[in-house]
Parts: sequence; structure tokens; C-alpha cells
Amino acid sequence: MTNLIILPILIPLFTGVVLIFLNKRITGQRVVAIFSSIGTMIAAGVIVQKVRTDGIQSLNVSSWDAPFGITLVSDMFSALLVLITSIIAFACLIYSFKSIGQEREKYYYYAVFNFLLVGVNGAFTTGDIFNLFVFFEVMLMSSYVLLVLGGTKIQLRESIKYLLVNVISSALFVVAVAYLYSVVGTLNMAHISSRINEISVNGMPGILTVIAVLFLIVFGLKGAIFPLYFWMPGSYYAPPAPVLTLFGALLTKVGVYSITRTYTLFFYHDMDAFGILTILAILSIVFGVIGAIAYWDIKNIIIYNIIIAVGVILYGVSVLNTASLTGAVYYLIHDMLIKAALFLLVGIVITITGTSNLRNISGLITRYPGLGWTFFIAALALAGIPPLSGFVGKLLIVQGGFEGESFIGGFITLMSSLLVLFSVMKIFINGFWGKDRTYGGEEKAPVKQLLIAPAILVAISALYGIGSEFILPYISQAADTLLNPKLYIDAVLKE
Amino acid sequence: MEILMAFVIGILFMSATYLMLSKSLLRIIIGTGLLSHGAHLLILTMGGLKRGSAPLLGEHAEHYTDPLPQALILTAIVISFGVTAFFLVLAYRSYQELGTDNVEDMKGTEPND
Repeated sequence: MTNLIILPILIPLFTGVVLIFLNKRITGQRVVAIFSSIGTMIAAGVIVQKVRTDGIQSLNVSSWDAPFGITLVSDMFSALLVLITSIIAFACLIYSFKSIGQEREKYYYYAVFNFLLVGVNGAFTTGDIFNLFVFFEVMLMSSYVLLVLGGTKIQLRESIKYLLVNVISSALFVVAVAYLYSVVGTLNMAHISSRINEISVNGMPGILTVIAVLFLIVFGLKGAIFPLYFWMPGSYYAPPAPVLTLFGALLTKVGVYSITRTYTLFFYHDMDAFGILTILAILSIVFGVIGAIAYWDIKNIIIYNIIIAVGVILYGVSVLNTASLTGAVYYLIHDMLIKAALFLLVGIVITITGTSNLRNISGLITRYPGLGWTFFIAALALAGIPPLSGFVGKLLIVQGGFEGESFIGGFITLMSSLLVLFSVMKIFINGFWGKDRTYGGEEKAPVKQLLIAPAILVAISALYGIGSEFILPYISQAADTLLNPKLYIDAVLKE
Repeated sequence: MEILMAFVIGILFMSATYLMLSKSLLRIIIGTGLLSHGAHLLILTMGGLKRGSAPLLGEHAEHYTDPLPQALILTAIVISFGVTAFFLVLAYRSYQELGTDNVEDMKGTEPND
């Protein structure tokens, strides 16, 4: 099956098209969506195994040879991200069944949901820089629709801001691609890398540093790093819980993936750009922490935790040694899982209480012990308490930071865990302990059914932490490709 | 020729930035239009503006212009068409719902409204 790696793009695309015709039949939509979601998961799992045994998979679309046609490349890094994406999509889907409401379901919710997955999986798999732009647009266009679907005032207002920021960053992406094309004359990522390597024998030309920083601005806007995260708290506040989960777990991580890919593949000669990346990553951690401890709103606390995680991962990437890159990949996957779980749990709390203000919530544990303890485990995993999944990643990142003699960054990463733990424990202690209260939405909320999806995610993330010995070979294979761009280039250009 | 185009693109970007920093939503959308014009012209310019025949094999010319940037522009144009159409409808809808097109009035994060 040479066409295997295109399946995670093709299955959701085909499903999305079919779902357009089923828009009034909600049960039909659900059945089709769940089957395609399971299919995507299986395909993604098979790809991970295939990459594990046979090395990097690449597919030349329409059999045009590598630098001339569009190439899809699945190395271990992208294969793992595609697998995690499909797992999160599955969880969001079964959560949506119980929470999204018939009005949204009739207006193409599941179709757009699938198109979002096309964009995300495509962005992870593509090996062509302009094709990456197109998949970004597929993903963003679907995210605009998901954000505004329902049309309440806050959604309209925040969609305008989100759309404007992303239109600007897309235009900058086009500009960055145009500059890069004028310097290297190719769009295939492996070919770009080898050409940059050829012209960098006596040090990287200045123009490439400029392009590297331009790419950092473009992907930083998508991935919410320090000075460019201003749009995120407002925009992510607006949509309903399952949409917020998709955004929080997937969209910013595509930006992080793109920074990692372009910096490790194209600009690995360029220590100036890496210096800027280190500083911005550390500042993202600091400002994210400030936001996370400042708010008394449960959505905002978790949203600011995204910025912290983005900072931690990019700090791991910017140090660029074996330990830190392994840690960054490990932490990226952990963070996608646990952020998805936390957003779904927060969604349940809001469904029960009807508010996201922490001062109006207390004593949930007496009536909802399952919810409470799931949240507790997720919170500990987020902070990186040893048996759970956040630990190994952060340990490796800190170890890599100290090995790379970047002591301030390593120290800040370590300290940030404490304040992350404080911010989520604030939710647990104030929201779940204390005086028992009654809430308006309590009767309607099917808490048990809603809890299935986040419980699955928390269980997977706990297994991911406990079974790190078993997972680590996969992660190191991913980090190995990032550290040796030659492997990627050889797999694509096949001399 | 490229120098001249660089100035033109610079002016387009400048006007786009100015318009996008204004208060009225329609001026912002006009700004995004100018920004995408600038970006598309930039792809064309960066691909090189050397003389050559149109990229049609029937022309039987010795030199052709680079066809790749033209394909990229075509893709970028339809994408920005789609996004702009969506943005305009969104602006229309929010004018109906929120009763304003002044972005200064679109503030606030009051929960659950």
C-alpha cells in the first residue's frame, strides 16, 4: 500500500463531502462520522507501525518525481501527531453527540469538523511548503466556521478578531514563501533544506535569517507564542466546549509543529534565529504563567496554560540536542492529550454550573466524584507529577536545557510547573471542594455520558506516562529525524 | 522593473496596514484586500520578471516566464476570495446582530452573553 499515508487526509475529506448531503439526518451523520473517525484512527496506527519498521514513508502524488511534484512525507514525528489528532477527534466527536445541540448539527457541524481534520492531518503530513499553506487555509477556514457556528454575539465578535489575525498571518505566510522561493527556487521542503545547506557553507546568508524570523512570526501567530498570543484568550473563550477542545488541542500545535519542522529542517545552521526562538519561548512561559494564575475563570486558566505549554515545547526545540528534542516531542503529544481532556472537563463543569466564574462554583465533588477525580488526575498530569505523562517530557526538556548550558531556560521551565500546578489546583480546590451548592443546569446535564470522552483521554495519557519505556523508542525515532535532516532529505529525494 | 514593483508592493502593504488599524470594519476588510494584492504581486515579482513568452507550449518560444509563481498566485487568489467573502458576510451579520461596525465597540469578555 504505497498510498497508505494519504488515508488520514482522504478519509475525513470524503466523509466531510458525504456529510454535506446528510445535513438533516442527524443520526445518519453521527454514524458516518464515528465510523470514519475509527477508520482514520486505525489508518494512523498502521502508519505509525509502518514508519517504525520501514523508516520514513514518502509518497509522490501523481508519481511526479520529488522536487517537481507535491510530496507527502510521514516521518515518525508527523505519524505520531496524526495518530494523536485522530484520537482527540474521536473523543471530541463522542462528546459532541451529547453536547453540541441539534441546531448546530443540522448546519453542517460534522462536515466542517471533518474538514478541520483534513487541514490538520494534511499540515502534519505534507512535504511541500506551499501545500502546507493550503492545508493551513483548509484548517483555518473550517475553524472560522466552527467558531462562528451558532451565531451568538460573543461568537460573532470574537470571530471577527480571529479571522482578521489569521488573514494577516496568511498573507505573511505567502510573503515568506515568496521570499524563500526567490532565494532557493524550490518549494519542496527536503529540496529547500539541501539547497540552504549548499549556500550556507560559509555561514548562513543574512537574508535566510530574515526569512527564518518571518516564518517564526507567521507560525508564532498561529501557535500563540509570546508577543503574538494576544488574539487567543478572547477567541478561544467564545466557542462551545468540543470546538474549543479541537482548537486548544490541535490548532496551536500545528503552529508549533511548523516551527519545529522549518527550524530543524531549514534553518538548523542559523544560531541567531534559534537565539530569538529561545528568548520568545521563555517569555511565553513567563507570560502564560502570569495569565494562568491571574484569572478566576476556569476557561481562561486553561487557555493560558496552552501558551505555557507552547513555550515549554519550543524551548525544547530551540535547545536542539537529543534530550531536549525527545522531550519536546514527548511533551507535545502529552500536551495535546491532556489539554483536550481538560477542556472537555471544563466544558462539563460549565454545563453543570452554567458559569465559568470560579467564585460561583464549589462543592462539586460530593455529587460528581467521577468528574472530580478525573479532573484531579488530569491536573496532576498537566503539572508533570512523576507517574503521569507530563513528567518524562519535562524532565527531558530540562535535562536538555542544562546539557545545552541554557540554565535560565531550564530553571524557568522547572519553576513554571509549580505555578501550573497552582493554577489547576486552584480550580480543583475552589470548584470541587467546599460547600455543596445547587445549580440551574444540573438536571439537564447528562454528566455520565459526557464524562466518557475525557475519561478515555485521561486514561490514554496515564498509560502514555506509565508506559513511557514502551513509547520512548517511537519518540526517539521522531527526535532522530528532527536532529538529522539528512534522513528526511534522503527519504524524499531518493538519490 | 523589480525595484519599481517593490515600491508598488511596499505602498500596498503600507496602505493595508494603515486601513487595518482603523476603527471601521469595512475599512479593515478593504485593508485585507490590499494586503492580499500586495502578497500576490510579491509572489509574481519574486519569481522574476524576466522577458519571456506566456507559459503556453503552443507558443514555441525560446524562453518562457516561470509558470510556478503563477500557479501559486492562482491558488492564493481563490483562497483569499473565499476568506474575504466569508469575512464580508460575517461583518454583515455582526452589523445586524451587534448594531455597530465600530471595532472599538466590540470589546469586553462578559461571560455567556
